Amino acid sequence: MHLKYESQLREPLVYGDKTYKQVTEDIVRPIEAKPTKLWYVGFYIAVALLMFGVYSVYREVTYGIGEWNLNKTVGWGWDITNFVWWVGIGHAGTLISAILLLFRQGWRTGVNRAAEAMTIFAVMCAGQFPIFHMGRVWMAFFVLPYPNSRGPLWVNFNSPLLWDVFAISTYFTVSLLFWYSGLIPDFATVRDRAFTKLRKRLYGIASFGWTGSTKHWQRHESLSLVLAGLSTPLVLSVHTIVSFDFATSVIPGWHTTIFPPYFVAGAIFSGFAMVQTLMIIVRKVFAMEDYVTIGHIEAMNKVIVLTGSIVGIAYLTELFMGWYSQNKYEGYTFWYSRAYLFSPYGWSYWGMMACNVLSPQIFWFRKMRRNIFVTFFMSIIVNIGMWFERFVIIVTSLYRDYLPSSWSVYYSPTIWEIGFYAGTFGLFFTCFFLFAKYFPVIAIAEIKYVLKTTGEGYKNQMANIEEQKLEEFVHEHAHH
Amino acid sequence: MAKKKFVVGCFDDEAVLFPAVKKVRTAGYKIHDVYTPFAVHGLDHAMGLRETSLHTAGFIYGITGTATALSSISWIFTKDWPLNIGGKPHFALPAWIPIMFELTVLFAAVGMVLTFCYLCQLAPFVKKHHFHARATDDLFVMVIECTDKTNTDDLQAFLTSNGALETKVEVAEDGWWLGRYDKDEMPFEENQIVAA
Repeated sequence: MHLKYESQLREPLVYGDKTYKQVTEDIVRPIEAKPTKLWYVGFYIAVALLMFGVYSVYREVTYGIGEWNLNKTVGWGWDITNFVWWVGIGHAGTLISAILLLFRQGWRTGVNRAAEAMTIFAVMCAGQFPIFHMGRVWMAFFVLPYPNSRGPLWVNFNSPLLWDVFAISTYFTVSLLFWYSGLIPDFATVRDRAFTKLRKRLYGIASFGWTGSTKHWQRHESLSLVLAGLSTPLVLSVHTIVSFDFATSVIPGWHTTIFPPYFVAGAIFSGFAMVQTLMIIVRKVFAMEDYVTIGHIEAMNKVIVLTGSIVGIAYLTELFMGWYSQNKYEGYTFWYSRAYLFSPYGWSYWGMMACNVLSPQIFWFRKMRRNIFVTFFMSIIVNIGMWFERFVIIVTSLYRDYLPSSWSVYYSPTIWEIGFYAGTFGLFFTCFFLFAKYFPVIAIAEIKYVLKTTGEGYKNQMANIEEQKLEEFVHEHAHH
Repeated sequence: MAKKKFVVGCFDDEAVLFPAVKKVRTAGYKIHDVYTPFAVHGLDHAMGLRETSLHTAGFIYGITGTATALSSISWIFTKDWPLNIGGKPHFALPAWIPIMFELTVLFAAVGMVLTFCYLCQLAPFVKKHHFHARATDDLFVMVIECTDKTNTDDLQAFLTSNGALETKVEVAEDGWWLGRYDKDEMPFEENQIVAA
C-alpha cells in the first residue's frame, strides 16, 4: 500500500471536501440531468455547420476539385492547412493521457478524458481533408496495400504520404482504444446508478459487463501503462511524419530538417490551446470547477508558453538559415514571401508571429496564467496563430517557386473550401456536444484514485502529520 | 454454470479493507474477488493474485507487427513488383521505418486490448452478476466463496468485526452470459428527482 500523503505545498487537484460518492454524483450529474437550452442551441449550431460542410463536400465531389481555388502551383491550400491544423490539435489528448501518465503528473486526471475525446474528434476532422483532396474520393481505397487487380500495383511505401496514411490511421485507432478502455469502468458506474431501463440497457452494452474485479483492475492498469508507453512515441511520430510530407520535398521553405521537432512542438501548443477552450466552457457549464481547477489551467498554460517559445525559436532558426545557407530560393521564401510585411502574404506571417510567439509570452506572469478570461482569449488566439502557421508554410512556399513564369496568381479560397472547413467544425462540435452530454467528461475512477492523496479535504487532514516528527511518521505510515 | 453460495462484505474505506483482506485470508477463507470502484494499488498483492502477463503479450504482438511490416514491404518491393523510385535501392530500409513503427504500435495496441477483453470476458451485451450496485460507486465489496463447511453466520460476524458496513449471503452465478441490465435493481431511483 502506498503512502497516502502529499505535501500541502502542492495545490489540491480536487477542491472541496469530497467523498467517493460525491465524486460520482458530481461527474455523472450532467449525464442524468436534462440538457440545458444552451446545450441545444450549441448543438444545433454545430449540426447546421456540419450540414453546410456536407453540402460543400457534395459540391466538390460532384463537380470536381475545381470547386476549390487551388491552381497550378498552389496545389495544397486550405485543405492541407486544415488537415495539419486538426491533426495538430489532436495531439494534446494523447500527450496528456500518455506522456503525463508516464511522467506521473497527477493533474492529468482532471482533463484527460475530455482531451482524449477531443483528440479523436480532431483526427476524424483531419482525415476528411486528404481524403476529399484526392478529388476522386471513390478511389480512396487505392491507398490501402492489398493484392489487387491492378497488376497488382502496390502503394509506394517509400512515400511520406503513405506513411501518413499509416500514421494517422494507427493514431486514430490507438487513441480510440485508449480512450474507450478508460471509459469502460466509468460507463459501469453510470450503468449501476441509472434510473431508467433504456439507460441501464445502453450503458450496460457500453460498459462491456464491467464489474470492478480486482484482477480486471490489475490488467486494466497494465493495459493503460503499456498503451501509454506505446502512445508516447506514437504521438511524436505522427506529427513528425506529417512534417515529412513537407520536409522530404525540395520546395524552398519546406526542405528543412528542423520540421519534425518544430511540428511536434506546434502540435502540442495548439492542442493544449484547444483543450483550454473546451475545458473552460465544460467546467463552467457543468459546474466542474472543483475537478478542473485553476491549477489545471495554470499547468496547461505553462505547457503553452513553453511550446509556443519552442515554435518561436524554430521560426527564428528558419529565418537565420534562410540567410546563412545563402541559398537564394530559401532566402527569397523566408525573407520576401514570408517575413516582408508588404509581400502578398506577408500579413499572414506576421499574424502568425503575433499570435504564436509574442502573445503567449503573457503567460510568464502567474496572474495571467491563472486568469480564466485571459486564458480563454489566448487559447483562441493561439489556434488562429497555428492555423496561420500552416497556411504560411503551405501557401507562401507554393505560390512562388523556382521559375517566375510559373508563379501563381493570389490564392484565396472559394466559399466551398471555407464551407468544408466550417463543416469540420460542425463535425467536431457535434461530436463534442454529444460526448459532453452522454459520456463522463472526467475520468471518475481516476479521480477517485487520486482523491485521498490530492483532494483538498484529505490534504487538510495532513496538517498535523506535517508537524509530526519524521520517526513517528515513518512508524505510523511506512508499514507493508 | 452452476450457482454458488457467497458471503458478501462491503467496506467504505480501503484503509479498512486491506487489514480485512489479510485477516480473511489468514483465517483460511477463499476470497472469490474484491470489487472496487477504482484500481486500488496493492490489493492484488494483498489478495495473493499473480502479476498479469498482459504486457508480455503486448510485446509479442508488437514484434509481430514489426515483422509483418518488414516482411511484406520487402517482399513487395524486392520480389513481387520491384518499382524503380528515383533510381533508389529496392531494399530501402530507412524509408520503411515509419511504417514498421506504426504497425508495431498498431498490432501491440489492438492485440492487447482484445486480449484484455478476452481475459476479463468483457464485450458488448455481456452480463455478469453484481454483488452490490455501489461497487462501481463508493464501496469496496469483498466476496467470499462458501464451501459445505462454511458457517455463513460466523463469517458475516467476522467480516463485521473487521469493519464491514454491510454483509449478506448470496447465491449467484459466477460466470458471464449474454444479457441486459434493464431488469437489474435500480437503487438510485431517487436521483431522478434530484436530476429533474
